[in-house]
Amino acid sequence: MESAGKGPAVTRRNFIASSGAIALVISSGALISATEAWGVKVEALKPETMHTLIQMARDIYPHDRLADRFYALAVKGYDAQAGKDAALRKLIENGVTTLDGLAKAAHGAPYVGVGWEADRVALLRQIEHGAFFQKIRGGLVTGLYNNKEVWPIFGYEGESASKGGYLERGFNDIDWL
Amino acid sequence: MGAPYKLDDSSVVVVIGSGAGGGTLGSQLARKGIDTVILEAGGRHEIDDFVNDEWTMFSKISWLDPRTTSGSWRIAKDFSGLPAWIVKAVGGSTVHWAGASLRFQAHEFKARTTYGDIPGANLLDWPLTLEELEPYYAKAESNMGVTRTNGIPGLPGNNNFKVMKAGADKLGYKTCHTGRMAINSKPRDGRPSCRQIGFCFQGCVIGAKWSTLYSDIPKGEDTGKLEVRPNSQVLKIEHDAKGKVTGVVYADKNGKLQRQKARIVCVAGNSIESPRLLLNSHSNMFPDGLANSSGQVGKNYMRHMTGSVYAVFDKPVHMYRGTTMAGIITDESRNDPKRGFVGGYEMETLSLGLPFMAAFLDPGAWGRSFTSALDMYENMAGMWLVGEDMPQESNAITLHPTKKDKYGMPIPNVHFDDHPNDVAMRNHAYKQGAAVYDAVGAVRTFPTPPYPSTHNLGTNRMSEKPRDGVVNKWGQTHDIANLFVSDGSQFTTGGAENPTLTIVALAIRQSDYIAEQMKKGAI
Ligand SMILES: Cc1cc2nc3c(=O)[nH]c(=O)nc-3n(C[C@H](O)[C@H](O)[C@H](O)COP(=O)(O)OP(=O)(O)OC[C@H]3O[C@@H](n4cnc5c(N)ncnc54)[C@H](O)[C@@H]3O)c2cc1C
Ligand code: SF4
Repeated sequence: MESAGKGPAVTRRNFIASSGAIALVISSGALISATEAWGVKVEALKPETMHTLIQMARDIYPHDRLADRFYALAVKGYDAQAGKDAALRKLIENGVTTLDGLAKAAHGAPYVGVGWEADRVALLRQIEHGAFFQKIRGGLVTGLYNNKEVWPIFGYEGESASKGGYLERGFNDIDWL
Repeated sequence: MGAPYKLDDSSVVVVIGSGAGGGTLGSQLARKGIDTVILEAGGRHEIDDFVNDEWTMFSKISWLDPRTTSGSWRIAKDFSGLPAWIVKAVGGSTVHWAGASLRFQAHEFKARTTYGDIPGANLLDWPLTLEELEPYYAKAESNMGVTRTNGIPGLPGNNNFKVMKAGADKLGYKTCHTGRMAINSKPRDGRPSCRQIGFCFQGCVIGAKWSTLYSDIPKGEDTGKLEVRPNSQVLKIEHDAKGKVTGVVYADKNGKLQRQKARIVCVAGNSIESPRLLLNSHSNMFPDGLANSSGQVGKNYMRHMTGSVYAVFDKPVHMYRGTTMAGIITDESRNDPKRGFVGGYEMETLSLGLPFMAAFLDPGAWGRSFTSALDMYENMAGMWLVGEDMPQESNAITLHPTKKDKYGMPIPNVHFDDHPNDVAMRNHAYKQGAAVYDAVGAVRTFPTPPYPSTHNLGTNRMSEKPRDGVVNKWGQTHDIANLFVSDGSQFTTGGAENPTLTIVALAIRQSDYIAEQMKKGAI
């Protein structure tokens, strides 16, 4: 059977993914990944806010096979948008403040400092019907899954016309039935 | 006279919309030597514009003008501004369609007689029988090159089909094959055979799948008797003091209003836009809208009972490889009220790419129960369930009381509630769909809710008596002899089958009728 080309099977990411907490360092207006080679510049939003959004993104759509950078990529656009749209900036900053408030009340730490995914998800359940959560979740549907780079990790091969379709490339190669 | 035509040429037939209904009708009329102008709201995107990418194609050619929704259907919550997935481009929804091309069954033309008086349903028999439509089904199948007709072999089964077939066999279903598809299994009609590219919903980049865009419309244009004017959205149909239609007002590509005169006007904008246009064409003489003496314009909106079942297995399927919908089980399409509902449904293979799967598997869902399903995308198989839904008068397209589009035309509201028969049928179909996959070892199955409507039907329905519907058996409006409806909004009831073959058969038949009536000088 033709393989769709999966991503690397086991990485360091998978080991730390059990808690799902994303380790990021703030350095002069940017968030730098402590475990992967990437960073995000943050201008309009607070860097801590962007950190929270990235963590929320993983907690909303947790895929242990996906590296943090895909989640960062999926939400980093909000910084530029918030720069142009004051109402959006307010929605996001206030949303994060509320979420952190809930986290501190329950766990004595801000959202990103809550160690277990299950605990963070319980916090998100409290805000899931609000505009802030819906905005972030809605945007992730395309922000995360419409990224061509993540497709192979899910075994989706994307565009096929340039390769002549699947007629000679496994459209009927199932062998386990 | 030949194309292009002048705005004040009142001898032309104006067809509104270039999809399955309008594109077929316009081309057929032209090929009979009749001067025809198709006004199409969307742009002309030839095959070169198609890409194998779900959101890119969706954004490029879907009808995204504002619409509102109401009613208890889940779409009103999850996709409140997008009740339907319809294409706004030359070729209409035949650019995005999957190609499943099935004839109605005889009893489906006699829904009221067969099903009886179902409370809450506004059932009616068609003023037409299968026998009368059969010759036109044959023409439509030949025109579209439907597999398993006209000696055209079936398509080869892809992985998704093989899973369905294995399950169907285990379950004892009798009729499961790769469908009757308007997709070339061999080169035909100047178009190549399918290369199993797998992006049928995004426009077939090699043209193996039938579409009016590159099949019928160019043939009509070649006669010199057809002009297709893209980026031309009709806002109003006008009439004279005798109550005959005289032409249409449309917004051209620059947003400028133009008036195209016409001898005959045929409306084929799909079942949301067609009634919207008739309702918006109200006048002193017709205060409730054109052709609406019955009050049925916009009513009885049907969208088929639909739903999907996806299943994950412990080994790869790669369902997205190859033809999207070439697989069918027809055993449940019979009418067998013992199952707890009238009418029947079809089970058809279906695959979405990862981006659409994320959006449609369980809209609004999040967390691990959702993502663990997507994690198994590679091992997923899928099917679509499509069956007859009950026409209800309260399911309706209405003009929004305050909101307007960019041309000042009131936007449509789409109201829909499931009928209890629809719900019972869907639950049965979910159960049977899951059973097919369980029979071959599914690890998990997902009963997936309906997508924004792709089959939009019934809002200008055909009826024997003028008081029960909008058009007669030829699609001619009961009220105005030179005004026709030429799309799926004519359907009296929906049947279990995907509608396009029937839309095309009706359009071919209507072209014969219009030509004959014109010759007689009746219109
Ligand atoms: C993804 C998808 C898959 C499908 N698969 C199948 C299938 O496998 N089998 C099947 O039978 N059916 C299928 N369908 C449904 C099929 O496409 C429709 O039933 C069919 O195309 C409807 O024909 P129509 O003529 O009523 O409208 P359309 O084909 O939608 O054409 C209507 C046209 O009218 C234009 N228009 C609307 N209003 C105006 C106006 N005011 N002025 C000018 N132009 C206007 C629109 O822009 C559009 O181009 C599918 C649909 C989709 C979206
Ligand atoms: S699978 Fe076949 S019909 Fe569908 S898009 Fe590809 S080539 Fe065209």
